[in-house]
Amino acid sequence: MKDSHGMTPIVKTVTRVSVWLILLYGCYIILHGHLTPGGGFAGGVVIALAFLNVMLAYGKSFTAEWLNIRLLKDIEAASITLFLVLGLLGIAFGNAFLANFLGKGEMFSLFSSGTIPLFNIIIGIKVALSLFLVVWVLADIDSAKGGDL
Amino acid sequence: MPIESWLIYTLGIMLLGSIVALEIRDILSAIIAIGIVGLAVSAAFLFLQAPDLAIVQFLFEIFALVILVRAFIGKKAHADTLSIHKVYAFLVALALVAFFFLFTPVFRSLPPFGEPLLTTSSHYLTHGPQETGAANIVASIVLDYRAYDTMGEVTVLFTAILGALTVLRMSRQTQKGREPK
Repeated sequence: MKDSHGMTPIVKTVTRVSVWLILLYGCYIILHGHLTPGGGFAGGVVIALAFLNVMLAYGKSFTAEWLNIRLLKDIEAASITLFLVLGLLGIAFGNAFLANFLGKGEMFSLFSSGTIPLFNIIIGIKVALSLFLVVWVLADIDSAKGGDL
Repeated sequence: MPIESWLIYTLGIMLLGSIVALEIRDILSAIIAIGIVGLAVSAAFLFLQAPDLAIVQFLFEIFALVILVRAFIGKKAHADTLSIHKVYAFLVALALVAFFFLFTPVFRSLPPFGEPLLTTSSHYLTHGPQETGAANIVASIVLDYRAYDTMGEVTVLFTAILGALTVLRMSRQTQKGREPK
């Protein structure tokens, strides 16, 4: 099993469909974090697993073409800054760091509970990208030693 | 059946899984046994009515299993045969059992599970939905009341990933430096 080849065509065909479903599920869990069980961390792990699915099925070189790894690294570093900026906006509008300064909205609706969904989205991006990048770098080490993946 | 008995069953499965993971020779079987332990933890969270934690534990277990399988499959694992004298093993087991029985009065005097509700948590439970507008009480605590904690967690994650990337890049550079020679 070489780098560029990935797994069998059966796995590749299934992956082609399943990746989008997994990504959709991850986005659903992140966006509904303030309504149903789950949230940023769980949804982020789901999205990281979707990227991992592509990497295992298609190999590293295809994934490097499919995803812009440099951009992912930048977004990963920027997401924590975004978290802090949102916290500082709480000082500006809500008198306290990380204050919930947006309107509470109607309960059980998607756009409710102020900044909680925004924090969920930021944490989701952060967790998804950092977990995926760790696997990416580990796989690099593996292939440098002569292993596959 | 009360929750405690279900928890005892899952605890038994966890114990079995960890013993198998320690004792089995085949590395893949050991990894799968570790996975059984993690999934039992997830089931235990479900029995304790913590679906948020159960989801995270379940997903992270899958993630960790994939990494472990990819890292260890096809590699030669050298099994250390740890030889402990049977008398010592017996003595340690005896000491643990004696320790357990010494503490049984403490277990008896423990209050029932989750019984005296702290004032802070009762405030969260009664006022949380009104104050934050979030239907999921866990989200309202993690991202509103205790958002500071979450910021710390995100920082820890960021630092950990940064450290891992740096260390791995350093080791890769040394490997590349060695290759031409």
